[in-house]
Amino acid sequence: MASVSKRRLAAAAQQFAGVAFTLFGLLVVTFIIGRVIPIDPVLAVVGDRASPETYAAAKVAMGLDRSLAIQFGLYLQGIFSGDFGTSVVTTRPVVDDIVRYFPATMELATVAIMIGIALGVPAGVLAASRRGRWPDHLVRVVSLLGYSTPAFWLAMIVLLVFYANLGWAAGPGRIDVYYEDIVAPVTGLLLFDAALDGEWAILGNALSHLALPALVLGSFSVAYIARMTRSLMVEQLGQEYVLAARAKGMSEARVVWRHALANAAVPLVTVVALSYGALLEGSVLTETVFAWPGLGSYMTNSLLNADMNAVLGSTLVIGVVFLGLNLIADLLYTLLDPRVS
Amino acid sequence: MRALFSNPVAAVGIVIVGILVLAALFAPWLAPYDPLGQNLDSRLMAAGGGHPLGTDELGRDILSRMLWGARTTLLIIVLVTVTAAPLGFVLGCLAGMLGGWADIALMRLTDIFLAFPRLILALALAAALGAGLENAVLAIAVTAWPVYARVARAETLSIRDSDFVAAARLQGASTWRIVRRQIMPMCVNSLVVRITLDMAGIVLTVAGFGFLGLGVPPSTPEWGAMIAAGREYLFDQWWVATVPGLAVVFVSLGFNLLGDGLRDVLDPRT
Repeated sequence: MASVSKRRLAAAAQQFAGVAFTLFGLLVVTFIIGRVIPIDPVLAVVGDRASPETYAAAKVAMGLDRSLAIQFGLYLQGIFSGDFGTSVVTTRPVVDDIVRYFPATMELATVAIMIGIALGVPAGVLAASRRGRWPDHLVRVVSLLGYSTPAFWLAMIVLLVFYANLGWAAGPGRIDVYYEDIVAPVTGLLLFDAALDGEWAILGNALSHLALPALVLGSFSVAYIARMTRSLMVEQLGQEYVLAARAKGMSEARVVWRHALANAAVPLVTVVALSYGALLEGSVLTETVFAWPGLGSYMTNSLLNADMNAVLGSTLVIGVVFLGLNLIADLLYTLLDPRVS
Repeated sequence: MRALFSNPVAAVGIVIVGILVLAALFAPWLAPYDPLGQNLDSRLMAAGGGHPLGTDELGRDILSRMLWGARTTLLIIVLVTVTAAPLGFVLGCLAGMLGGWADIALMRLTDIFLAFPRLILALALAAALGAGLENAVLAIAVTAWPVYARVARAETLSIRDSDFVAAARLQGASTWRIVRRQIMPMCVNSLVVRITLDMAGIVLTVAGFGFLGLGVPPSTPEWGAMIAAGREYLFDQWWVATVPGLAVVFVSLGFNLLGDGLRDVLDPRT
């Protein structure tokens, strides 16, 4: 037994080292993008009408008069002490901005992933159990369509149809203006905060605003989750225990939903974690269209204004979250599947 | 090739991609108007009346801009592919063949690139590089090659211990020669599948770049930029933004179908 736990420990240490290395790599990449690629990072900060004195002062302040290695050291020092620089657009520290905008993105992505699981898993199971017949083809075509649709365009179309024409949901933004800043931001997640305060009207309004962006983002995870569920289920349904269960006369529904799905569930957890990461990516362009005040809007806004500190700060945070999700997926996999050690 | 056409999914994909290529090649002859020709008297017109798909906010013919936009999209796809695919292909095959430190180094490097969501990394790179077609291509290619390297490496690992590779080595072939003559031809199939599926994603990325104004110069006909321009008139002249979006979906779907079908045909194991 001792050797097993030792091996597990060694595996965990190796995994940790891998993550630490990748994290370091993320920092190197953002450093290169921010400080090495731009021809003149100083100019980007002070603007082209700055006086030579201002320019020189900014250059020294940014540490650009020193060697690349020292610059990188200073960059690391800043990041680890929570200093991502100041945003040129908002004039606030980038860290403060991110803390402020991240909960909105998390709220959106979480509701979207719930939509993805609720619709994607049954669709995938259905496709696998009717393999080669019309439900299978339908799921395939719909998920390929999901893979092929630009998020920002779909966002515009649902706004056009469900907000402008049908009036079923609220328009852009996170909440109506007259409801703004009423509930205390305890968690930063508006749905939670409104419920905590018992402000049901606000909760309803927030849900109405959330519906369309969550639907757009959710449709992408439906496509991904349905496809992955299908292939995992196809694999399980070909196993001998399924044959055995059928042979002893178990109902097909029980075979599919209880036995096969239970075995497909472990890798499905990984799929869900990965698709949560993909939602962060999708949120960038979706949030812009819905004027959703999250990290995605923040990043695109900064992109348009060449606000590199903000762009790199958001890139780094999204990269780290992505990495964390992968790690969680791995850990859950080992926890849930007794065969993996 | 015949197998490809008998697979309905791939056949539809081929037709769609074929339409894209034809539209891009013959845009100057197919387009009824100059894609840049403004006519403020007939701005934001609905379909019909000499403009089959209507006109945009500067009175330019949407159909003509769509056809020329196919050129922009196809050009970027081709440029990204010829940049990223050979790089990923050679590095992946070499890493798989050499093993040891070379392999570990490459895998760690791809880990780092794959740790960013692709679009985010491409956007950050494009922001640093500045606007322009070459920079957009470079930003997208940088995010594309690690996937190809991974696929090529995985494929190499599965065949490097085969008898025919051992035979070539016994005959005194160098590693580089084995990679070129034995390994690469065996990796091509799965790489082609991967690249085709990837093209569907590149179509979306290009449109996203255009939507944010990061890609090609403003007046160039590009689908994403056309969608962005139509956003202002979405609730009144819906077609200005809707029509180019349909083109993006159509073409991206074409590559997805083709890739999916190719996988059925070329790579039946998965």
